[in-house]
Amino acid sequence: MIVADWQAGTVTDAARATPSGRVLTLDIPSWPGNDPGQHLDLRLTAEDGYQAVRSYSIASYGTGPRVELAVDEVPDGEVSPYLVEDVRPGDELEVRGPLGAFFVWTPAQSEPVQLIAGGSGIVPLMAMARAHHDSGSTAAFRMLYSVRSAPDAYYAAELADLVDEHFALHWAYTRQAPDGWAEPAGRISRALLERVTAPASAAPLVYICGPTGFVEAAARIMVGLGHDPARVRTERFGGA
Amino acid sequence: MAVISRGFGARRRESDPDLPPGQFLTTDFPVLSAGPTPDIDTADWSFTIRDETGETHAWDWDELHALGLEDVHTDIHCVTRWSKLGTHWRGVSLDRLFENVESSYDFTMVHSYGGYTTNVPLEDLLDGKAWIATEFEGEPLDPEHGGPARLLVPHLYFWKSAKWVRGIVMHARDDPGFWEQNGYNMYGDPWKEQRYW
Repeated sequence: MIVADWQAGTVTDAARATPSGRVLTLDIPSWPGNDPGQHLDLRLTAEDGYQAVRSYSIASYGTGPRVELAVDEVPDGEVSPYLVEDVRPGDELEVRGPLGAFFVWTPAQSEPVQLIAGGSGIVPLMAMARAHHDSGSTAAFRMLYSVRSAPDAYYAAELADLVDEHFALHWAYTRQAPDGWAEPAGRISRALLERVTAPASAAPLVYICGPTGFVEAAARIMVGLGHDPARVRTERFGGA
Repeated sequence: MAVISRGFGARRRESDPDLPPGQFLTTDFPVLSAGPTPDIDTADWSFTIRDETGETHAWDWDELHALGLEDVHTDIHCVTRWSKLGTHWRGVSLDRLFENVESSYDFTMVHSYGGYTTNVPLEDLLDGKAWIATEFEGEPLDPEHGGPARLLVPHLYFWKSAKWVRGIVMHARDDPGFWEQNGYNMYGDPWKEQRYW
């Protein structure tokens, strides 16, 4: 996996997905394809030559040229506000990748998997869930997706469609639960994870992605529930 | 000529000559780890250097501190593109730890609690370039940032500054560590943008 040079791409769709974020679809003719869970570097160049680069996880997988990102706006950022507020179909940018070979799932893996997402941390896990479904994998997948409130969820409808005998989905709400939801809103807890995630006895591979505080908490709880730390893979979202 | 992104650049940040290419300044201290943060009690902590004969040099927490902590004022650069300028650390120089280590090998593998590894050439650990750091900005190092002790080798991308460090093994060859097997550069000089394979 030698990382190629910068590749030109065009924004083909920019759809508002949450109050703070959009799903961007890019057309990158030279994209070499990516495994579920990988990320890329995205470079923007201003008319006067000024450049900025940031890393984004990829929500799509497989061979190009279509690459999908979901971008949350970081307050006071310089790149994410452009991608969430300003960019529109037809605009050009550059990417480099795919990057990372560790936070990856491929259909060749048959063991149980527990996915735990916080906010826009859903992005690389979405690629894994899509690949799991599309490949017809019978690996037992469970996903816990924690969001502030229902409108803050990316891919809610598509995730609901993925649910079947091999893919279980659980929601957690940290600020406001939907009407009639059985649990009060709140941060993820040991009791919640014990109830809705795969038990340590099933020895799942655990992938956790989200903001640092969320990932620290979730990983600590899973290890406390008996999961082997070596089978808990984490990816944190910082940003700007 | 690079592709121009229409309308980009309105929110740009001031450039800084201390910022390596492709990096942006942050005032936060983001965390990047491949797995859970381990709980390590300093009463159980030790640091070991092992040479090619199998001889080991070991220090417990108090013995490490008895070697003397130095103040380190440095910039740090993460391969995920954030940099922090002017950070303050305290730690023990690797020069002190290697004082009585005799090895003909030129490479090292740094090992951490939790299983993380990273490869660093020996010369990048000596001559005042690297420390075992136990304090950050006047406080004991937080576990999520590598506490109780992490390697600090700030002239390389920060994944080389292994969190939760527990030892160094001398190597004859420059064998790849964890991220180096997973897509990242063997050396990692931020000023040359040595990020990936």
